Amino acid sequence: MLAMDYRAPRRVRVTEKPMPKIEHPRDAVVRVTRSCICGSDLHLYHGLVPDTRIGMTFGHEFCGIVEEVGSAVENVKKGDHVLVPFNIACGQCHFCQQGLYGNCHESNPGATAVGGIYGYSHTAGGYDGGQAEYARVPYADFGPTVIPDWMDPDDAVLLTDVVPTGYQAAEMAGIQPGDTVVVFGAGPVGILSARCAWLFGAGRVIVIDHVGYRLEFVRTFAPAEVYDFREIGDPVVFIKHTTDGLGADVCIDAVGADGSGNALHTVLGKKLKLQAGHSVPIHWAINSVKKGGVVSIVGVYGPTGNMVPIGNVVNKGITIRANQASVKRHVPKLIEHIREGRLNPKAIITHRGRIEDTPELYHMFSSKLDGCIKPVLVPNVA
Amino acid sequence: MQVKQALEASAAAHHRIDPKSVVGWGVDANPENDPTYPMRDRSKESKGGMDWPVPVPQEPRVEILQSVEHVKRPSVVGTSTPPRGLSGAIRRAAFKYSESQWAHWLMLIFADRVNVVEGNLRDLTRGRLPNHWREMGISASWKHDKSRVVIRAAIGVVIVGAVVAGVAVLLSQD
Repeated sequence: MLAMDYRAPRRVRVTEKPMPKIEHPRDAVVRVTRSCICGSDLHLYHGLVPDTRIGMTFGHEFCGIVEEVGSAVENVKKGDHVLVPFNIACGQCHFCQQGLYGNCHESNPGATAVGGIYGYSHTAGGYDGGQAEYARVPYADFGPTVIPDWMDPDDAVLLTDVVPTGYQAAEMAGIQPGDTVVVFGAGPVGILSARCAWLFGAGRVIVIDHVGYRLEFVRTFAPAEVYDFREIGDPVVFIKHTTDGLGADVCIDAVGADGSGNALHTVLGKKLKLQAGHSVPIHWAINSVKKGGVVSIVGVYGPTGNMVPIGNVVNKGITIRANQASVKRHVPKLIEHIREGRLNPKAIITHRGRIEDTPELYHMFSSKLDGCIKPVLVPNVA
Repeated sequence: MQVKQALEASAAAHHRIDPKSVVGWGVDANPENDPTYPMRDRSKESKGGMDWPVPVPQEPRVEILQSVEHVKRPSVVGTSTPPRGLSGAIRRAAFKYSESQWAHWLMLIFADRVNVVEGNLRDLTRGRLPNHWREMGISASWKHDKSRVVIRAAIGVVIVGAVVAGVAVLLSQD
């Protein structure tokens, strides 16, 4: 089968790989019908995540048709079209029992901090991902959801990560009616975070980024007030002033390790790798939120550590909530939101290509070329 | 000054969005979603510890490196790209340290870089010349942003030229 093949930071190719096999009674193998490139894939692509091995296939946002199931899988069968949450979750452990499917304790040998994630380095379990024609799906008796007949596969594939992550960013923020919400980052997750903030009753939604075409998109899609941080001076001062001097009720970091806006963090985090990427979005979030406010972090950072103003967290009495999205917990509600017309995820898809186009799509997404917001791969076997 | 100007510009350019005009506004508002309350639900902790019905353990065909913080191996594991070569040896050493040790992560990042060299050598020994232009997807830049490619190529030529000239000067000196 054809699969994406990581070769070096900023270098990927497409090669023939062996077909995935059933390796556990609860496994399935799916024929991939849609597979997105996620903004967090770019952290891998840029070499920011430790234990990213040459030859791995990335891809944690995919849906597909079940081709084969293990002996213990009964809830999905061959021929079902399923969306596959990016979390590999057993559904039984201490954490899964609490709905913390991103923190499953039975799927990641490489680290205890996070559960298994498809195609996301050995720090997240060492599983090959879905940027391929076929993929192995562990715990297939728990994770995948059969896609409703009426649902567009383009919407379904976005329910595997980006929409639930944006939704959980807003949920974790504990938004109360009328709250001012500031979202740092106008990538796909930031766009969905801004959109979902309204579902929880936000009174004002502000998005900060520096990529003009993405700000223009989220301005109408969310909708939101949008600002280019290069044009507003110090973003923290700007937010304080535009919120009557107190700061925002809620700040959401939807950027993660690939941020920009501070030379020190760029050198230490992105060039020298002495931090887990660039942490200026967290700085801005902590310093922009009002005292007693909430900072919600869904941007992905590496595990080493980052310089953050923890003293201000203490002094301001800030609550920080963060996690990988528990996709399966959100999927039923999000399907309902799509069915009722409250969410239209597929509008963020700007580019599509075949598996063979993977190197160009990664480069285009990474370099923000041609108005790229969300690229999706549609394999020839789809 | 820039902040003040931006505030003034924003007041002129942005109208406040009426929340009630946004489709779905408030449908999931939940006053009981208090972020200061722990997400953890202790009521379900009947015994504490790892007391769940453990899934049947997978029997991997390849070497699996495991965090020393794990009490037991998780029942299901990824079997992609097992450790091998020098990078594999570095990874094995890294896994002697816990996830809280910088040595663990920095050794893994170093192993990743060694692994890149190993990958190139493996290609070459198999008679395959890595196609960096194609693998970096530069054709996308050429299609959508030619000036970027030209500028970067020019910078590369200047740097290489400067290095070559420097070496030539050094070699020409007695």
